[in-house]
Amino acid sequence: MDFNPTDLLHILPIIIVTVTALAILILEITIKRAEPVVFAFSLIGLIAAGVSAISLYPQSGTAFNEMVSIGGFASFFHVAFIVVTILTFLISRQYIERMGIYHSEYYAIILFSLVGMMLIASSLDLLMLFIGIELMSLSFYILAGFMRTRLTSNESALKYFLLGAFATGFLVYGIALVYGASGTTNLASIAEQIDQLFTSTLFWMGVAMLTMGFSFKIAAVPFHMWAPDVYEGAPTTVTAFMSTAGKAAAFAGFLIVVMFSFAGGTEKLQDLFAILAVASMVVGNVIAISQHNLKRMLAYSSIAHAGYMLIGFAAASELGMSGVMFYIVAYGFMNIGAFGVLSMTEYGENKNLTFDEFKGLATRKPFVAALMAIFMFSLSGIPPFAGFFGKYYIFLAAIQEGYTWLAIVGVLASVIGVYYYIRVIIYMYFYDGDVTLEAEPSYIGMTALVLAAFAVLQMGIFPSTVLRLTVGLF
Amino acid sequence: MFENNLLTYIIFSPLVGALLLLFIERNKHNAIRWVALVTSFVTFILAVVLFLRFDAGEAGFQFLIQTGWIEAIDVGYRVGVDGISLLLVLLTAFIMPISILASWSSIKHRVKEYFVFLLLLEVGMIGVFLALDLFLFYIFWEAMLIPMYFIIGVWGGKDRIYAAVKFFLFTMVGSLLMLVAIIWIGVHASNTVGNFTTNLLVLYEISPTIPLALQSWMFLAFALSFLIKVPLFPLHTWLPDAHVEAPTAGSVILAGVLLKMGTYGLLRFCLPLFPAATYEYMSLISVLAVIGIIYGALVAMVQTDVKKLIAYSSVSHLGFIVLGIFALTEEAVQGSIIHMVNHGLSTGALFLLVGMIYERRHSRMIVDYGGVAKVMPVFAAFLLLMSLSSIGLPGLNGFVGEFLILLGAFQSQALDSYWYAIFAASGVILAAVYMLWMYQRVMLGDLDKPENQKLTDIGGRELATLIPIAIFVVWIGVYPSTFLDKTEASGKQLLEQVERGRTMYRAAEKDTEEDTLVENRIDKIMGEKN
Repeated sequence: MDFNPTDLLHILPIIIVTVTALAILILEITIKRAEPVVFAFSLIGLIAAGVSAISLYPQSGTAFNEMVSIGGFASFFHVAFIVVTILTFLISRQYIERMGIYHSEYYAIILFSLVGMMLIASSLDLLMLFIGIELMSLSFYILAGFMRTRLTSNESALKYFLLGAFATGFLVYGIALVYGASGTTNLASIAEQIDQLFTSTLFWMGVAMLTMGFSFKIAAVPFHMWAPDVYEGAPTTVTAFMSTAGKAAAFAGFLIVVMFSFAGGTEKLQDLFAILAVASMVVGNVIAISQHNLKRMLAYSSIAHAGYMLIGFAAASELGMSGVMFYIVAYGFMNIGAFGVLSMTEYGENKNLTFDEFKGLATRKPFVAALMAIFMFSLSGIPPFAGFFGKYYIFLAAIQEGYTWLAIVGVLASVIGVYYYIRVIIYMYFYDGDVTLEAEPSYIGMTALVLAAFAVLQMGIFPSTVLRLTVGLF
Repeated sequence: MFENNLLTYIIFSPLVGALLLLFIERNKHNAIRWVALVTSFVTFILAVVLFLRFDAGEAGFQFLIQTGWIEAIDVGYRVGVDGISLLLVLLTAFIMPISILASWSSIKHRVKEYFVFLLLLEVGMIGVFLALDLFLFYIFWEAMLIPMYFIIGVWGGKDRIYAAVKFFLFTMVGSLLMLVAIIWIGVHASNTVGNFTTNLLVLYEISPTIPLALQSWMFLAFALSFLIKVPLFPLHTWLPDAHVEAPTAGSVILAGVLLKMGTYGLLRFCLPLFPAATYEYMSLISVLAVIGIIYGALVAMVQTDVKKLIAYSSVSHLGFIVLGIFALTEEAVQGSIIHMVNHGLSTGALFLLVGMIYERRHSRMIVDYGGVAKVMPVFAAFLLLMSLSSIGLPGLNGFVGEFLILLGAFQSQALDSYWYAIFAASGVILAAVYMLWMYQRVMLGDLDKPENQKLTDIGGRELATLIPIAIFVVWIGVYPSTFLDKTEASGKQLLEQVERGRTMYRAAEKDTEEDTLVENRIDKIMGEKN
């Protein structure tokens, strides 16, 4: 165990984010009227971290005695998380002020959870992975309850904490069993002896536990119960962050374990993923139909999207992995956009979040409505938006590996999805109504939405820009 | 340089117009209308240039553009035009300025969005006809849904939301299954030639040899998507709703172009990609087409709403086109192509006429009219002309298409029965019944309703939309060769391609049969040894 100073350079993005978060806490107590400073400072920190993550992308290797990996896969996700966090900050600023929940800790805690996510994406060891997941989850528990005075927010936090702690138990237990079977927690070492491990019952018990733990984190059926309540109760911008970056981080960890360490698993595992995928797509989409609250509808839709991504796991090929990574990024943009719009319409206690209250938004706020329409079309997987290409790629991977039936279930589930996504558009465009916004959307918030919409369009028409970054990472 | 990129200009020139519109203030309605009109006119001119420079003797694709797009999965921007798509591109570009003129005064709210959507729709439609890459085709095919959905949903009649959603979901179900089939063929190609591809020209060579059981699934997935769009009986139920609720221009485009995308898809993809499966299912589809011809006509006869009557007449006409396609003879295929254009012209014009009288009287019910010819003589003349064209009166365009289709279906060896043609011919008679009966009840008789006595005849702008259509109606009726010449070579080649595909399939089947025979023999010998 020796320490190599250059290792610090290799985790520079993580260090920058950590330092930014700590600095915010200090800034808050040292300066009067710290809000603009805190906001600007955290954005600068994020951009710096993003730049350093991009510059690390071409590298490869490990650091800290093979605890973390450098470049490639890790950097891809680092950049993705950072971009989503920046967008979250942009849509948050007005929202938390309007809701009266501004504390600089809001930004700091989001940054701490970002550190957790980045650790997940770089982890090369089950323990590292665990630390990352815990750091992220603990921050989420706090963020979900950030609206202290609102009952639903408290409920959301408590529910999330209790169930999340339970899921963590599974995760730890799984790690312990895998360690028992393999004698190591290093994912690369596990990968080396994976063929023997596949014959060990102990190992499979560990894999089952890990799968349960991760399924909870990505909100796949039947481990999805927490998602709707938590997503609905949490502050909207927090939900936006949890459902995009949080889900992406959980998927990143899942990818490392399954694709890198278990080499895609065996057919048994693939079939298990296929079943989870079908259950998530069907349950998520069907229940989403009957929702009146858009926030809750998007929560169920996020379950369905976890299902689509699991198809990539079932395919267990290079292509499937690329597909999942592309989809995570695409989903991040379209979902944060959708929640961003909700954060602008919402006021008071969950007002302006039902379909009825969206009536006539297109006449009142044509630009916001147009952006929302783009996000909805993209979520429902209609070209030329990013959501379509993500699905195309994942279905392609599935069919290539002989899971044609899974692709068919996927497209049929998408049709159900189309129904409820375009309902949002129906209410915005086809009905007249007098929806009023409490405040004019801020320029900063609109910038975030425009950026997200642009990304959705860009990734839909020129998918190669992101796609080529997902190839040959392991 | 100009010729090399001509197709790109045609596809994307409306997009440029749509983007321009975004920069015009939303309350400057006239500026918006003019920009849209000029844009669509430019596209039309480009399409005419394409038509004139198109080499009729050449059967293959012309003006080809092939550039890489998503290299990882060999998706390319591949477009080209042949005799089959040429007329449809021209038709689309022709219908568009007319639709814009028809919306001039009838669209009063959200004018800007309306024209943006119309132009985006044009991009999608032309793209569908020119794409030679399945992925690209699918993008256009699906993306086109979005503007149409808005056009019906925002500017439609009172049940517009129901109609828009029904239209959207019906089409989605079909096209998503087609998406699975598109991917499946690409994967099949990667097993055969080594890399995944959606290049249509490559797939033409590969897919005919797919084993019949699988080929049938692929065929059905594609055909379902196209036949919903056509729409073939019994998949037609979205059509009357969508047609009736859509604004006039929406109906004109729906009838004029959108439905043709289905029949075009059959010709471009289903037949040449899956020849063996085509023969397997041709009689089933032809029977449904004939049922559609008669059913559509009978239902049209009892309609009380003029717009619905015309909508059902579309079901009947499109039945003819599908029958012509699956008759697989030169005449029938030629007839189908020209009938796609004919139906677009005459039904488009009929929807325009209904729109005009609706704007004046706010009713589409036949009972509300009677004797209108007395106050609107010019209108009556055009309605008569278009009705006769729709019926298929010799000398007008409808006759040419229907005659060729019936002739082809009669001679068809593939269908191997003249009953198809005989039953289909009854559709022509029924068409005369419902159209003329409608004309008689609306136009002739006593002018007994006081509301109708004040009706004014059609004006200059309305004439401007009708006269061009009337010219083509007569032109195709009297001298169809101008257009048929262009389609002949490609139509012939398509049939040859289907025939060649079948031969390839038979050869491949024989090989596998022989393989299995050899394997059986080896097994037997091995078994005896043991």
